[in-house]
Amino acid sequence: MSSLRLGYIPLIDAAPLIVAHEMGFAAEEGLRFDIVRLNTWAQSRDMLGAGMIDAAHMLMPIPVAQAIGLGPRMPALDLVMYLSHGGQAFAVNTDIAARLRAEGYAFDFADARRAGTALRRVIKGPLRVGVPFMFSTQLELTHHWLRACGFAPEDLDLRTVPPPMMADALAAGEVDAFCVGEPWPSFAVERGIAALLLPGPAVWAAPPEKGLVLRRDFTETRGAETGALMRAIWRAGRWLDEPDHRGAAAEIMSRTEYLDLPSELAERGLTGRLTVTPRGELRQAPGFLAFHSGGASFPWKSQAALIARNIALRHGLDPMAAMRAAMPHFRTDLYRQHLRSAGAALPGASLRIEGMIDADRTVPAERGQMVLRADRFFDGFVFDPPTPDSSES
Amino acid sequence: MLKKLLIVVVEPDPARAELIAEGLTHSGDHDVRIIAEQSSLSRQVAELRPDVVLIDIANPSRDVLEELALASGPADRPVAMFVDRSDEQMTRSAIEAGISAYVVAGLQPDRIKPIMDAAVARFHILQQLRAELAATRAALEERKIVDRAKAILMKARGIDEAEAYGLLRKTAMDQGKRIGDIAQQLVTAAGLLGG
Repeated sequence: MSSLRLGYIPLIDAAPLIVAHEMGFAAEEGLRFDIVRLNTWAQSRDMLGAGMIDAAHMLMPIPVAQAIGLGPRMPALDLVMYLSHGGQAFAVNTDIAARLRAEGYAFDFADARRAGTALRRVIKGPLRVGVPFMFSTQLELTHHWLRACGFAPEDLDLRTVPPPMMADALAAGEVDAFCVGEPWPSFAVERGIAALLLPGPAVWAAPPEKGLVLRRDFTETRGAETGALMRAIWRAGRWLDEPDHRGAAAEIMSRTEYLDLPSELAERGLTGRLTVTPRGELRQAPGFLAFHSGGASFPWKSQAALIARNIALRHGLDPMAAMRAAMPHFRTDLYRQHLRSAGAALPGASLRIEGMIDADRTVPAERGQMVLRADRFFDGFVFDPPTPDSSES
Repeated sequence: MLKKLLIVVVEPDPARAELIAEGLTHSGDHDVRIIAEQSSLSRQVAELRPDVVLIDIANPSRDVLEELALASGPADRPVAMFVDRSDEQMTRSAIEAGISAYVVAGLQPDRIKPIMDAAVARFHILQQLRAELAATRAALEERKIVDRAKAILMKARGIDEAEAYGLLRKTAMDQGKRIGDIAQQLVTAAGLLGG
């Protein structure tokens, strides 16, 4: 039996790794997982680069940033599949929440335009927003949403706060709001210091969140184990997307060695049924967190391009060069090669126009048909990626 | 004469910070500062403008330093990450020792090497101390369990302490196990039997 060391950050979207280990999907593929809890994204990236872990649960923009030269020099990192879509929520402090309520805002936890407009009305001066990392889906969503709702670049002060410290930073007044993955938004609500305005998918219906990231040389020299790892995690994702499995997943994730939080708290994000204010107002967010359904694990190259473009523009780099550098790191070829035998539905193309699917849609697949998740942006934004080099598949 | 290097150590534990700082001072004529407060880390680093920042690889504040390393434009003292260096062996030994280092761009490798060597040495000592502390705790814990097991045997079989210990020891030897494991089994079983 072959042994692999996997790194994860304590968040509910680490579930595919942990479920693959706990429910025997890893053993089924002849793998033994040594699962290591890490504290920071930089630690995860550096340990992966140095070969101290074999694979990581990682924010999908991190390998993009590495590809375009905005990280330390280290062996090439590739994202071989997504682990999750969604799972993030925006929170504001109770003072802002009170002002929003005074304006008549109803905390619907659904309408990004309404929430953004209301927020724009009550905020004077810059809004300090905590995000988990400078290269994160949370930062992308925050930017997209608030810029589209009338916040100028100088109105936004985005600050890095590690997820478990997000509630403390809000309580200490270091940030006014934050966007982070569950269970940390619910944790802040439970402490009575935050109200939730929106789930991530209210801004972008299927925001790619975490990826399974490996060193490219590992995927080349240990191809069989790479395939086995991908299949184990893909099956764990399929198990997780059975509706009646989320409660069991919450039990597993809440254990001391993983999140070390009450299972009720872990369950909120996993079921998409969230308490959005300290008053106990409950909201159901459909499609809050997906691991598998609707082709969620397929690492579209067009998404690598979109994130690369955004990061490049923010850091004064050439967007076209950044897109071309990032796309080869999203390994749709390995996804096809290793998951075809497991029965994964494979889209006909590896890139697409992002933001075009209004509702879940059945499309032709490599064999038969598959359902693709809705992926529209709340403001109708669409992104047309550049055509890849002919050598890419 | 080269300018003194300003080295910042980010470490909330004063004893650990002192041990690291002392090692660095011995490695050359450096100005070493310690930042213990995590919440004002960003502001303090920006004000001090250090040449080198050293931080435990698992310190939750690391991602904040990543932001600083990126934010600084060419005009305001760019900070490169240590792993940028081509010396892979040095990088690896630093990461294995649990250090992440941020080094100002353009600093000569021969000036960084002695600093990193000293830091790696001190972090190894800290890792060892941490392991020893854990071992001591485990030993104390085991002694408590053995004491409880002895008390159970003394009460149940009406024997004295030396005999109870002898019995535990003999059982352990017969079964090829550690005394602590036998004691733990006995305590668990007694608990189940309501003893």
